[in-house]
Amino acid sequence: MAGFDKVVNTYEEAMAGLEDGMTVIAGGFGICGIPENLITQMKKMGTKDLTIVSNNCGIDGFGLGILLEDRQIKKMISSYVGENKLFEEQLLAGDLEVELTPQGTLAEKMRAAGAGIPAFYTATGYGTDVAEGKDVREFDGRKYILEESIQGDFAIVKAWKADRYGNAIYRHTAQNFNPMAATAGKITVMEVEEIIEPGELDPTQIHTPGIYVDRLIQGTFEKRIEIRTVREG
Amino acid sequence: MGLSRDQMAIRVARELQDGYYVNLGIGIPTLVANHVPEGMEVMLQSENGLLGMGPFPTEDAVDADLINAGKQTVTTATGASIFSSAESFAMIRGGHVDLTVLGAFEVDAQGNIASWMIPGKLIKGMGGAMDLVAGADNIIVTMTHADKYGNSKLLPECSLPLTGAGCIKQVLTDLAYLEIRDGKFHLVERAPGISVEEIVEKTAGELVVPDNVPEMQF
Repeated sequence: MAGFDKVVNTYEEAMAGLEDGMTVIAGGFGICGIPENLITQMKKMGTKDLTIVSNNCGIDGFGLGILLEDRQIKKMISSYVGENKLFEEQLLAGDLEVELTPQGTLAEKMRAAGAGIPAFYTATGYGTDVAEGKDVREFDGRKYILEESIQGDFAIVKAWKADRYGNAIYRHTAQNFNPMAATAGKITVMEVEEIIEPGELDPTQIHTPGIYVDRLIQGTFEKRIEIRTVREG
Repeated sequence: MGLSRDQMAIRVARELQDGYYVNLGIGIPTLVANHVPEGMEVMLQSENGLLGMGPFPTEDAVDADLINAGKQTVTTATGASIFSSAESFAMIRGGHVDLTVLGAFEVDAQGNIASWMIPGKLIKGMGGAMDLVAGADNIIVTMTHADKYGNSKLLPECSLPLTGAGCIKQVLTDLAYLEIRDGKFHLVERAPGISVEEIVEKTAGELVVPDNVPEMQF
């Protein structure tokens, strides 16, 4: 590795330094655009007591769901969970803590952390259980609650293509939370379908500039589909 | 008999306007997309980061990287754009979406809505619902007027945990179209064959009934 080259060659290198009790921010929506292989590496490492910040927790046997199998997750910060049985079991047994966060607030918490903003006011959740214990302030006659941003010890993201400097583009709605997650890690690890040379991507089309990316690795992806819906051809 | 699910979608679709950006929730709201009036252009927003959602793909066009907020495989319509979740919720929270249609368990006369959790049952999360109700000015709630035991879902005060406070102004049920203002429900239209008396009986919150309550036409 030299200069701006972010490429690492093994998943061990990609996730080196992950320790018990850390907070990991993960991109993805459902199981679309998730860093499949980085999650698999976390399972191999067996790191425990993790706080995972991700819109969802995968499904049984795929995505973040596999980290439940060896009880590696202590706390999930998500907007929607429970697409997996194991999650439900561990939640009901009290082995897993969940902090439900409105989806837009979750995205903004990551974005704000990446932009050096410690907290922000939003109307979302005012007057609901989400507002409990949070500062309320009125602007122009409307009430807003104070939400704190979330930085991760690690951020794990999946992009489509990136050059060796970590300049990346996402494919279709596999973008979702990935760009914000990429900005919010003390160490951001990105895995992609294809690594190309700097200069190959049009600079005006780059979604995530390489400045946010610390480690980059190319992987192969299963890309499972959660709900396959089709119409007659 | 009140409105069918499809009739509810048809009635909501009459509130669409040419050039509207619309977010449709899961269930009956999704059906609204099937009833966009001829010659009208409407763009559907999906909160996972898609503006201009097309129909479901044909088998050979299924793409794991292209889904909607319900996690279903979809396509893009002509003129669509794709962006991050933060951008998507900037549209929603910034009030840029013209119409939001979503379901609910309960709505009350103060415009409060409860749609995301029932205590004692497993809680799955609010997803984007709290952002949608807080950010949109023009929201239509679709739900049945009463639950399966006949209990009204239009209440003086919501009994379930709220999704948003004071944000709902329009409700379409299987029995009626209502507006909420000044802490009261106002009956606007009734479903075909449904009497004003039945609507009054099944509305627990204070209901204002004008002299003339037109019947919806289908």
